[in-house]
Amino acid sequence: MSTADANAHGAVPDEAVGLDVQDHVDVAHYETIGEPYVDNAKMSARNVNVYYADKQAIMDVSLDIGENEVLSMIGPSGCGKSTFLRSLNRMNDIIPICEVKGDIRLDGEDIYGSDQDTVLLRARVGMVFQKPNPFPKTIYENVAYGPRIHGLAHSKAEMDEIVETSLRRASLWDEVKDVLEQPGTGLSGGQQQRLCIARAIAVSPEVILMDEPCSALDPIATARIEELIDELKERFTIAIVTHSMQQAARVSQRTAYFHLGKLIEVGDTKQIFTMPRHELTENYITGRFG
Amino acid sequence: MDDNLHLNQHTSQKYNEELEDIRSRVLEMGGLVEAQCRKALKALVKSDIDLAEEVATSDYKVNDMEVAINARCTDILALRQPAASDLRVVVSIIRMAADLERIGDEAEKIGRLVKSLEKGRDRTTFRSETKHLGKSALSILNGALDAFARMDVAAAIATAAKDPEIDDEFEALTRLSITHMMEEPASVKSLLKVNWCARALERIGDHAVNICEEVVYLVKGSDVRHLSLSEIQERYL
Repeated sequence: MSTADANAHGAVPDEAVGLDVQDHVDVAHYETIGEPYVDNAKMSARNVNVYYADKQAIMDVSLDIGENEVLSMIGPSGCGKSTFLRSLNRMNDIIPICEVKGDIRLDGEDIYGSDQDTVLLRARVGMVFQKPNPFPKTIYENVAYGPRIHGLAHSKAEMDEIVETSLRRASLWDEVKDVLEQPGTGLSGGQQQRLCIARAIAVSPEVILMDEPCSALDPIATARIEELIDELKERFTIAIVTHSMQQAARVSQRTAYFHLGKLIEVGDTKQIFTMPRHELTENYITGRFG
Repeated sequence: MDDNLHLNQHTSQKYNEELEDIRSRVLEMGGLVEAQCRKALKALVKSDIDLAEEVATSDYKVNDMEVAINARCTDILALRQPAASDLRVVVSIIRMAADLERIGDEAEKIGRLVKSLEKGRDRTTFRSETKHLGKSALSILNGALDAFARMDVAAAIATAAKDPEIDDEFEALTRLSITHMMEEPASVKSLLKVNWCARALERIGDHAVNICEEVVYLVKGSDVRHLSLSEIQERYL
């Protein structure tokens, strides 16, 4: 500004100016801030409530995951982010006291519908866990197991092909191609996690859920997984729960912040990390006590 | 700092202290730069060669403070990975320190020019005009630092709005110099020096406006450096 010819620059488009935080909202505000819905939703959750016996863990969460996007979910321990993630492929079904209410759809199809086959659902919506958990089998069998039970390969050659492609996509192939018959549990932590990712993508899922996939890994293994996530999003839709905010900032396009079972704020990752609109989000990502 | 930035509420007490430290350092630097400018203006108006000498040779203190502030800011970026308002605090302080350092350079320049002005009537040419120009520039600098200390967006915008007056005064002084130069070609050399001093004062005003813009960025989160004053007023007042 300053000088009389300040306008010589012409009008500056809104995106160059950035979002304005003057609509900053305080902690008393409990409606989700931001835009939880997207045009090209791969999965969509509407008014989801999750209970563990009489304790409510998720309160009325509505959120879309867009096709080929990486959505990260952040929030303090016990905020419900992992519970929400697990309800996306009905992993909560195995917890007897857990009850999921609301509507969750994959490509518009109700995943809690009475005719839904959960085995098939979990093949379409794969999962990678916090701690690498390879089967106590060979590296080859770890990857081949899923395709075999789903009948995806009709010959040994086809299976070899699936195993190789999956391991390549998980950028593990070069390290294990000569030791495919060794036990998967003999690999390093970072390699085991990539093996688990290879196992998840071997059944050609559409969505991959990751629950803190790097929390047990060193920075180099973490960087490799993050690099991998970036490549995988070309092919899959990814939802990742992470405690590392830098990781969420690096790998995702959209970020959702959960607090005490509520979805507080969701938006473009860049906006969430530079100009969050909800005070709780700001407090969390800047390390303030609320 | 203003309550809505909550700089002292981090879980890490040491992080609170680090942010508070860069903030107080940049304010201290602002105070030093302000003093340099005041002395430079006084030296110019009173033709005080000793004071001019002092201003011209003590700019290193301002430079040292800029280096120290930048070092602390890079430490915070590397070790704390600040986000949101904390990140804006660090980024705006880095930019403010650069502007303050440039203001220090302008004061130094005035000190050197005053020293080189010939004795006699050269030193008194346009004395009241430059004095007025200098006072306006100093008041903008003071207002900018004050707005930063209080995180006051309205005050920052009001302060920045005063800058066009300085620009006008400088234009008027330049026109006056040109007339004098045409009437008395022998005075061109010294009149140019006086004009350079006026130019330095005008630049001090511009850098102070940059500091006002940092206050808007820090509090509102929007980069307004290339918006016109009226657009900024429309959006934030």
